[in-house]
Amino acid sequence: MNRDTGLSNADFKGGIRYSLGRNWVLIFIFLELLIFSLANKAFFSIETIQLILFNGTEVFLLAIAELFVIITGGIDHSVGFVMGFATVVASKSIVALSGAGLPPFASILLGSLLTVLIGLLPGFVNGWLVAYLRVPAFIATFAMLGVTHGVSELLTQGIPAKNLPSLAGDIGNGSFLYIPPSGVWSFFVRPQVERGQHVWAIIPNMVVFSFFFIALFAFILKRTRFGRHLYAIGGNMDAAIRSGINVKHDLVKTYVVSSLFASLAGITYVMKYITGKPDAGANMVLEAIAAVVIGGASMAGGSGSVGRTVLGALIIAVLETGLRIMGLQTFTTYILVGVILILAVVIEQAFPNFKR
Amino acid sequence: MSYLLETKNITKRFGGLIAVDHVSFGVEAGEVVALLGDNGAGKSTLIKMISGVYTPDEGEIFLEGNKLEIASPRDAIAKGIETIYQDLALAENMDVPSNIFLGREKTRRALGCFNVLNNDYMTKESEKILDELDINIPSLKANIRNLSGGQRQAVAISRSIYWNAKVLIMDEPTAALGISEQKKVLELVSSLRKQGIAIIIISHQMYDVFQVADRIIVMRRGVKVGERLARKTTSEEIVSLIVGAEMVDNKN
Repeated sequence: MNRDTGLSNADFKGGIRYSLGRNWVLIFIFLELLIFSLANKAFFSIETIQLILFNGTEVFLLAIAELFVIITGGIDHSVGFVMGFATVVASKSIVALSGAGLPPFASILLGSLLTVLIGLLPGFVNGWLVAYLRVPAFIATFAMLGVTHGVSELLTQGIPAKNLPSLAGDIGNGSFLYIPPSGVWSFFVRPQVERGQHVWAIIPNMVVFSFFFIALFAFILKRTRFGRHLYAIGGNMDAAIRSGINVKHDLVKTYVVSSLFASLAGITYVMKYITGKPDAGANMVLEAIAAVVIGGASMAGGSGSVGRTVLGALIIAVLETGLRIMGLQTFTTYILVGVILILAVVIEQAFPNFKR
Repeated sequence: MSYLLETKNITKRFGGLIAVDHVSFGVEAGEVVALLGDNGAGKSTLIKMISGVYTPDEGEIFLEGNKLEIASPRDAIAKGIETIYQDLALAENMDVPSNIFLGREKTRRALGCFNVLNNDYMTKESEKILDELDINIPSLKANIRNLSGGQRQAVAISRSIYWNAKVLIMDEPTAALGISEQKKVLELVSSLRKQGIAIIIISHQMYDVFQVADRIIVMRRGVKVGERLARKTTSEEIVSLIVGAEMVDNKN
């Protein structure tokens, strides 16, 4: 053991076995990319990598939503339908605002802000139930799944929200930076070029949008008292209470953060697909929880990081887009995500001791 | 003889049961008082009143001669009364400085608007307090779960001492430890005594008690049944007091 390196004996145990266990996610992503590249020569390109990130924004955001809750030892089943609820609220309110005569950009901005505000409510209720009424997170968030689903269906009456301003789609499917053959960079706006000329589009807007929030909350988790308290709550709730941490407040905030990220996922969905529907995120709870577990977090709480959760989500995002490019049905993804989730837990059992 | 911490006739009832019955005792600065008694004798209830978990039904608690109203554990800590429970209340998934500063993390201003954790400061201060107590923990970055029982106890003690405890209450500090670690913790207690901290220890281990305690207080069924100077008594006498054998009274 060594004080300078900050490593204990347990960290060194196993050598190669240990580093394989710790880095299996990276190796897995590499294998995925390798297999898809062999299957399709055109797969490996800057466009595909961007497409993977673009298609994956909801999974990334929902995984972070789930991560915060899982660190405290809880779980949030409602993130998928809170996301659906957010798509409905966002699309409805943007349509209403632009119908009231507001210019497209203002109605998109205001509508999104409104969505975030309303979208915090389910999280607030979840947190309050868990922290103050001691309802198990499993039950509270399951109930919230039903409530948000029902409310969304009532709002839409079975008809997906439509008629959003076309600017929404332009933002949602646009990129941060464009490089035309002339070499004159242009931000956010695709430059007009002659037919047949190729414009490089660098980083989709929705990826920039998502990762801005992911980076911000990675910072909050790692560098603020709130973040540290979440690990303490998940590690030893009793110790957290006795050390004077306001556990109830922190738990409410945690579920609000979860709902915030679910709402952000809803907003990116509306921008990308210019529609809102209650079940937009219905199948994503599995993926969100899988990403967190693949990222090495324990369901018992007290561990997990944003970086590794993003890698966990990346496994799923690569799979999704890769299979889509190969022409396989998306249902194949669900099966494989299920399998990888189990694999992650089994690997974790086989390589213990590397959890931070 | 002036006590740093003193209780006068404190009593706690749970329904019809009198858990602690008019107990008066005190501990001086730089003194170790051992609280002994069989299971259910009221030791834990007694210290929980001092550490703010329970409020006494009757009686008073004095700290440095002033009457204390202790409303909560938080309150007790703020007044310099630290308690280390048997389970230590450490977050095992976190490292040593995180635990020493748990709930009281030091922050600094970043970018003019964010309060970020000052990890460097917390690590340095943790090293300092561990050095002061002559505790050797190879890596402060190791999670508590990778430390031995004695090291964990040492971290719990450091955490209490760091926040300028005047009174330190320890519940079975050596119960879960190996022989050499028990010795280490007892040495630690001795060195805390030298720093002028008033220490109350609950223990079942007679050997420990005689190693480290200056005074021994025996409780039975909620009542204080005896008080002896450790160097003027024997373990036989203490055991008799604990179980309530008659012969003891003749001897004294």
